[in-house]
Amino acid sequence: MSTTSGPSSSPTRSPSPAPPSPAPAGPAAIEASHLTKTFGPRTAVADVSFTVARGEVFGFLGPNGAGKTTTVRILGTLIEPTAGSAVVADIPLSPATGAEIRQHISIMPEAPGLYRRLTVTENLDFFARLYGLRRREQRISQALAAVGLRDRAHDLAGSLSKGLRQRAALARSLLNDPAVMFLDEPTSGLDPVAAHEVHGLITALRDRGVTVFLTTHRLDEAERLCDRVAIMNTRLLTIGRPDELRQRLFSRSLAVITAAPLASPDQVFTGLPAVESWQTTTTDTTATPTAPLTPPANSPVGYLLTVTDPAQAAPAVTRALVAAGADVLSIAESRHTLEDVYLQLVDDTEGRTR
Amino acid sequence: MSISTSRTGAVIRKELTEFRRNRLILITASVLPIVFLVSPTAQILSLKASALSTVLERRVETALFLPLLIPVFVPAILSAYAVVGEREQGTLEPVLTTPISRVEFLLGKATAIFVPAVGVAYLMFGVFVAITQFAAASPVATAVLHAPQLPAELVFIPLLAGWAIWVGLAISARATDTRVAQQLSILASLPPIALAALMSFQVISPTFELAAALAVGLLVIDSLACFAVARVFDRERLITGTKPTSGSYRVRGSQ
Repeated sequence: MSTTSGPSSSPTRSPSPAPPSPAPAGPAAIEASHLTKTFGPRTAVADVSFTVARGEVFGFLGPNGAGKTTTVRILGTLIEPTAGSAVVADIPLSPATGAEIRQHISIMPEAPGLYRRLTVTENLDFFARLYGLRRREQRISQALAAVGLRDRAHDLAGSLSKGLRQRAALARSLLNDPAVMFLDEPTSGLDPVAAHEVHGLITALRDRGVTVFLTTHRLDEAERLCDRVAIMNTRLLTIGRPDELRQRLFSRSLAVITAAPLASPDQVFTGLPAVESWQTTTTDTTATPTAPLTPPANSPVGYLLTVTDPAQAAPAVTRALVAAGADVLSIAESRHTLEDVYLQLVDDTEGRTR
Repeated sequence: MSISTSRTGAVIRKELTEFRRNRLILITASVLPIVFLVSPTAQILSLKASALSTVLERRVETALFLPLLIPVFVPAILSAYAVVGEREQGTLEPVLTTPISRVEFLLGKATAIFVPAVGVAYLMFGVFVAITQFAAASPVATAVLHAPQLPAELVFIPLLAGWAIWVGLAISARATDTRVAQQLSILASLPPIALAALMSFQVISPTFELAAALAVGLLVIDSLACFAVARVFDRERLITGTKPTSGSYRVRGSQ
């Protein structure tokens, strides 16, 4: 494959990820410090530390069994950490403060957990009483309005579709006007329309200044909704804004497509300003380039150029291609998704533990 | 430790609404009381006025013992389902994320089972006594009304129900399967019933002192059971299904 790649044929990953970005300024809604949880010989969460600012939508990502739900349960006072400490909604986490913390937060587990023989209103009324809320009818009405479920208020929970049950569970989580909301896979099993509605609700929560701690498998969801994300696999792998993680983990690159293979791509690309390396790739610009290819003659071919500055590199690359007589079909900055970041980090850790 | 009556009341209210809407629970919970009403009533009504006193005494003993099974078996099944059933249908975790305490939750569950179970037991007992007084031969009716077991029954119905409920809740808080919990719960309800049976059938001489001691013993157990069951009600075990491990859990700022 040496004939199809430039001076540095390494993938587009940066040599060493930068240290995690500092927590955002302002008062913290959650501070977790060295949280560890073991179940017998199995470690579910190992030495996890992070801070979530007030009003932030914080995404918590990781594969199945990564310890996401365990972390939520620790912070929600449902289970005790084996080691470490945390402050949630300004209250230190301890066995004695469990009820106080639970008064100021809400947790929406992955399963809606509604009483199927009670109506939606009866379900919410039960929880409103458990929170000791005054003006229950008004609170319930507001919560149902927030999730667009007023017209189904008197339906039995068991008669609702999964999407509507999820919305009812979200309404239940809004009842106590929580300072921090933990949403555990809120769109799990929902169809795209229902998931889109839940996304709208999360955005509305952010607009209301509620701190949202969102665990999810859906990376597009995290990228769209979250101010910052943490990726964990028992340990915390990284934390930062989605764009920051992309930049930290992957070099910037230009995707070039020409109508036919270049006679001597090395001569064209080597030495251009801001271009570090190149490789031949698929012409499917939506796919993440992974391995160099040997292009067939007289058919479009793609080149992926690792660059330090796309704005500086693009004009120079264009000029060089024109000078070489190439028919340029497109030149665009290649975008890495949060999914690329996720897969890169998780693959790395799973490779290490194999 | 303060107990919120509104939170406990919320659990009671919710439970009773669910019972009311679940026909299967109502039907299955009604079968035993009806059997324990029909069977002793038929035994008493079949007696003639000329029945031998020993036969009469034996029939009355049996007839008055059977209603004691109502406050044991009915709540045993319901309480065994109370915690593990919620866990299985996924409703337990959302409840445990609220400020409700273990004692409030258990007290609510226990009361919601106690009221209908004891109510049904008294109702069946009342119906039995009423039918025998109206329809049985005169000496038989008199024998029933003056049997020493009659007032004892009134005392033991709620006490036995309390025992069955707390034992059932304790098992339910630890069990991982509803069916196992219900079977264990019924088995665990048998000891006080066995004692009552031995007294009813005069295997153990049913003195007032012995009955009173048994009643006081059950009353003490029922009163303290809520706190004892709360100790086996472990949020972590209920949610994760695993035994909690102790660790160096630090409390920031309040160590």
